[in-house]
Amino acid sequence: MEIDRVDGRTANQLRPLACSRNILNRAHGSASWSQGDTKVLAAVYGPKVGTKKNENPEKACIEVIWKPKTGQIGKPEKEYEMIVKRTLQSICVLTINPNTTTSVIVQVVNDDGSLLPCAINAACAALVDAGIPLKHLAVAICCCLADSGCVLLDPTKLEEQKTKAFAYLVFPNLTLSILPEGSLKVEGEPVEQAIITSVTQGAMSVDDYLHCLERGRAASAKMSAFLRRSLPPQNPSDSSRAG
Amino acid sequence: MGLPDASGDLSSEVEVDAFRRLFPLRFCERHLSESIRPDGRPLGRARDTTIALGAVASADGSALAKIGSTTMLAAIKMEVMTPSMESPDEGCLAIDFHMPPICSPIVRPGRPAEASPVVSKQLSDTISSSGMVDLKELSLVSGKAAWMAYLDIYCLDADRALFDAALLSAVAALSHLQFPTVSLNEDGRVVVVVSEEDGGKLEKEPVNREKRKLTLKSIPFSLTCILHKNYILADPTAEEESIMETLVTVVLDSSSQLISLYKPGGPVLANTSVIQDSIALTRQRVRELQKILDEANSGMEVD
Repeated sequence: MEIDRVDGRTANQLRPLACSRNILNRAHGSASWSQGDTKVLAAVYGPKVGTKKNENPEKACIEVIWKPKTGQIGKPEKEYEMIVKRTLQSICVLTINPNTTTSVIVQVVNDDGSLLPCAINAACAALVDAGIPLKHLAVAICCCLADSGCVLLDPTKLEEQKTKAFAYLVFPNLTLSILPEGSLKVEGEPVEQAIITSVTQGAMSVDDYLHCLERGRAASAKMSAFLRRSLPPQNPSDSSRAG
Repeated sequence: MGLPDASGDLSSEVEVDAFRRLFPLRFCERHLSESIRPDGRPLGRARDTTIALGAVASADGSALAKIGSTTMLAAIKMEVMTPSMESPDEGCLAIDFHMPPICSPIVRPGRPAEASPVVSKQLSDTISSSGMVDLKELSLVSGKAAWMAYLDIYCLDADRALFDAALLSAVAALSHLQFPTVSLNEDGRVVVVVSEEDGGKLEKEPVNREKRKLTLKSIPFSLTCILHKNYILADPTAEEESIMETLVTVVLDSSSQLISLYKPGGPVLANTSVIQDSIALTRQRVRELQKILDEANSGMEVD
């Protein structure tokens, strides 16, 4: 790729990933996830008895609390909470522990771009660490659209600000054996094609978006492999680990 | 065995209303298999939409938008402010979305609804991403005075598709916006001329006599769809949203640029063909909404 990135990466290159689990003593599950200089710490408490108001008591409820690096939470953090919550809801098996609440606390340690994807990855690793039953894992990635139409993966904060548009995409990381019937396959298209979550900012053409989707999907395979490598089962009877 | 089978047997015996309450998902799915929605719409059709401009007389721009029974009231108040040092020749647009307890049984007085900051953030992201409002147009005197536009959107009836209705009302209010007349006072400050003085002769020359309306470049329009199994349901009602959880909101502008593709999780995953289908539905909807907005605007000019 001819495009120059500030840190010398190629357009498709991700920043170094790091994940460590079980780092907090009191939490039922915890994990830290970093992509380059962006680092997020996630802790899981629960399942606790009872659901919050307006939640369906026949299902398990997930609560996400977003803690920014500094200051009070505002509208963007509220939106992040909602997106992380709904993304985690879609990967958890909510019918196993009805009328319970699982709290996921997301603490931003450092923000250098791709913050929301990093938080989703951290939360997902923390859920695995806590032994919450999951349908499959999720991997999140940020694709950035440069002015030239090039797609840059995993942008830094500077790149996010400079480019005209970016998309946060979350893909499932699953093995084919655990598919629920019918819901994931349409006309025999491979399952990895699907997205769980998509959030975009900035104007782009539809073709550019589909291009982002393709690139993100390709990169998510690498991240999936990394996530699975960094989450070895702690004991053989650990049934929480998907796949 | 399980509930679905039981409901299958019961469906011929119980009354329709009882069936609808007891097995809402089953009720909906039986409609969907016949390619129709419980309210009689085909799957891809949005509800009837109306826009009334100038609903709030005291505001500088306002609009009441209805999509089905979802009702949004948007109003803009303009104030003169000193622009910030970083952008001396730009004004400011502050967008806030309110969900008062009147709109839905879920919202309780005192504590704000969970959805309202999220919709609010989505609205400001969408409007800034689309580049619809050129903030430079909100400047009065570079470095000295600029417009601060407060755009407030009130949800009066939340029959879901909140974001669609909120964006439509916001866009309509911006298209209806008329800048108030301002003039320089004795201290050299820019002040808004009170309308009573308009009839009488002005002591000072107004600063902005000729420029009274905002030029809107590409206007964004949105469509929310529910994904359920293989079905795509455009413009869901509150009943549909409560039983099927996967939502996709697509925002396209008048030149078919993708402003936002928003899918916050949900049990159904979206593959490329589903995304393309929902974008195609949105394209149709954008044309409809553009027409409705143009008609509302031309109706205003006749008055």
